Amino acid sequence: MGTTAVMERPAPGGSAKTRRRRVMGLGTLLAVLVAVAVLSLAVGARALSPAEVWHGLFGAPTSDQRLTEIRLIVETVRVPRTVLAIVAGIALGVGGALIQGFTRNPIADTGLLGVNTGASFAVVSVIAVFGFSDPFQYVWFAFLGAAVAGVVVFGLASIGRGAGNPLTLALAGQGITVFLMAMTTAVALSNQASLNALRFWNAGSVAGVGFDVIWPVTGFIAVGVVLGLTTLPSLNLLNLGDDVARGLGVNIALSRTVGITAITLLAGAATAACGPIAFLGLMVAHVARYLTGPDYRWLVPCAGLLGAVVLLVCDIIGRLVVRPGELDAGVVVALLGAPFFAVLVWRGKFRSA
Amino acid sequence: MNVTEVKASLPPGVRLGRVSFFWRPWLVGVSLLLAAAAFLVFCVSIGVGDFPIGLPQVIRTLLGRGEQVDEFVIMDLRMPRALAGLVVGIALGVSGAITQSIARNPLASPDVLGITTGASAVAVFLVTVSGGAAAAVTETVGLSAAALAGGLGTGLLVYFLAWRRGIDGFRLILIGISVSAVMEAITTWLLVTADIRDVAQAQAWLVGSLDDRSWGEVEVALWGTLVLLAVVAAVAFQFKPMHFGDEVAAGLGVRYAAVRAVLLLCAVLLAGVAVSAAGPVPFVALVAPQVAMRLARCPTPPMLASGLVGALLLIGSDLVARAVLPVSLPVGVVTAAIGGPFLVYLLVRANLR
Repeated sequence: MGTTAVMERPAPGGSAKTRRRRVMGLGTLLAVLVAVAVLSLAVGARALSPAEVWHGLFGAPTSDQRLTEIRLIVETVRVPRTVLAIVAGIALGVGGALIQGFTRNPIADTGLLGVNTGASFAVVSVIAVFGFSDPFQYVWFAFLGAAVAGVVVFGLASIGRGAGNPLTLALAGQGITVFLMAMTTAVALSNQASLNALRFWNAGSVAGVGFDVIWPVTGFIAVGVVLGLTTLPSLNLLNLGDDVARGLGVNIALSRTVGITAITLLAGAATAACGPIAFLGLMVAHVARYLTGPDYRWLVPCAGLLGAVVLLVCDIIGRLVVRPGELDAGVVVALLGAPFFAVLVWRGKFRSA
Repeated sequence: MNVTEVKASLPPGVRLGRVSFFWRPWLVGVSLLLAAAAFLVFCVSIGVGDFPIGLPQVIRTLLGRGEQVDEFVIMDLRMPRALAGLVVGIALGVSGAITQSIARNPLASPDVLGITTGASAVAVFLVTVSGGAAAAVTETVGLSAAALAGGLGTGLLVYFLAWRRGIDGFRLILIGISVSAVMEAITTWLLVTADIRDVAQAQAWLVGSLDDRSWGEVEVALWGTLVLLAVVAAVAFQFKPMHFGDEVAAGLGVRYAAVRAVLLLCAVLLAGVAVSAAGPVPFVALVAPQVAMRLARCPTPPMLASGLVGALLLIGSDLVARAVLPVSLPVGVVTAAIGGPFLVYLLVRANLR
């Protein structure tokens, strides 16, 4: 079968040399993440020096008005934004790597599965029906919408013979997306408030959300990451083929269920907090595979860190390119990610089964 | 399958000089019935409105023997809308039939190939960016024509990006999805930065609608569609053998690449014309050929019947949107509501087969 041949088989064990390289790689990624996070605190409509950032984070309250202002910017704008970008980036990165593993589908991406539009539709609907205006109120419905849409698309694509065909999943996602988009537009057109909320929420942004939203979302994502990590050893075996995995004592149904639950938690929570961000998981999973090789125990954590780095960088780019305005992180990710995806397709990395 | 087997499996042929075609009485009968049904719904659609006109009067007026009041209401007020529905439906149906035949995938449609998202992006750009070059473009060529150009540009971009020693249906679809994502990102960004009053107007461009059509807009679409249908009809006679695959087609002596390129270009143009007249009406291009195929009992989507089913679907949906639903909605919402479940059905069927 074309699709299984495309995904590389995990190499058993690995020499001390590759192990050292992987540890070094993860360490480097961590360091880059810290550096980018600091940059994210400093860059924006008002650029701050490292000393000012330091003061904003740890400085004692003073009567100096300028320093108080800096504290305010750092505490209420830059820190939540940076934390959300890291958390959501990890969620999308881990989710992307997991979904590619469990579907054995190299073009699987949580954003292409209708998860985004499911969340949009839910958000717009509850705003129109209940008149919610606070993100804390509608974030739960976004979560619900994302989860339902994801499960429907995933379920559709995994019925019968088409399961494992990358095209089926992509088309199921695209079809459900178009359907939900039209429904969303219908609701938004008949309700001014939801139209206004939709256009901001739909862009995919890590800005403008407070810690009252970030903490619960982080909770879901933490559960998703832990669940996802527990599946990694069996995921390696699953990629040797179902029969081999069963022979080696993997409970396939259990492993898949846990994996899909983790993916839904991760994608749903990230989408609920930031709006739709497509292609990020897809991109970083491929880069991570290139860095670590096919062993999912290394690939998934690496993809998570990469996701955080890329989302942060895209957010920073968005703050810089159209000053004094801002380009939402989701838009920057799509503008970078879609060509990346096209190049993967063009290089013939995968073809129909 | 070799050439003799293919020839044996084909229905009896008819040859008139250089032109030859298959003799399928069932298909002819179904097409005639569809044409009659389309005409009937067309007349009903014209009769429905704030000033209802009975079916006999509508037909009498269309034949030029109606009363003066009816003639004014029908020819000046309602005809453009009904005609736009007819033309757009036919264009989308035929366009879908071509793309599905070329990609040899029932789920391929112009929506997937980026044409609709490209046209929407241009339209939204012109609506939301006021002044300067945008205003000049809107004034000189008109919004519809500019959207048409945007759709064509995007369609051609997808085609060229997917070209790699020939066109592969799978690559075409995936590249289409990624280019669509870029266009969607641009549209989203435009909506975020725009004035809320412009957003409502732009939003109408994101789901298809037949509201407030004028004769001017309809005429462009009408002539465009007629010319393109003539080209398709002329080329389609060489098209049949292609369904059996590249090698067989080459064996049967068809100038495979050239014919396919011309047809694909026609499909892109037809979809572009449809979008310029009604906005991106979702799913008609996907559903119509599949319904026509089942009605006509053909192995591949029949062109003419697909167009007629498209017209029936679009006018019927518009009728439902105006007359049946409690709130008036754009026609695209109704076609999405029909198309979404139909897509699910197609996917499940394709997978279970």
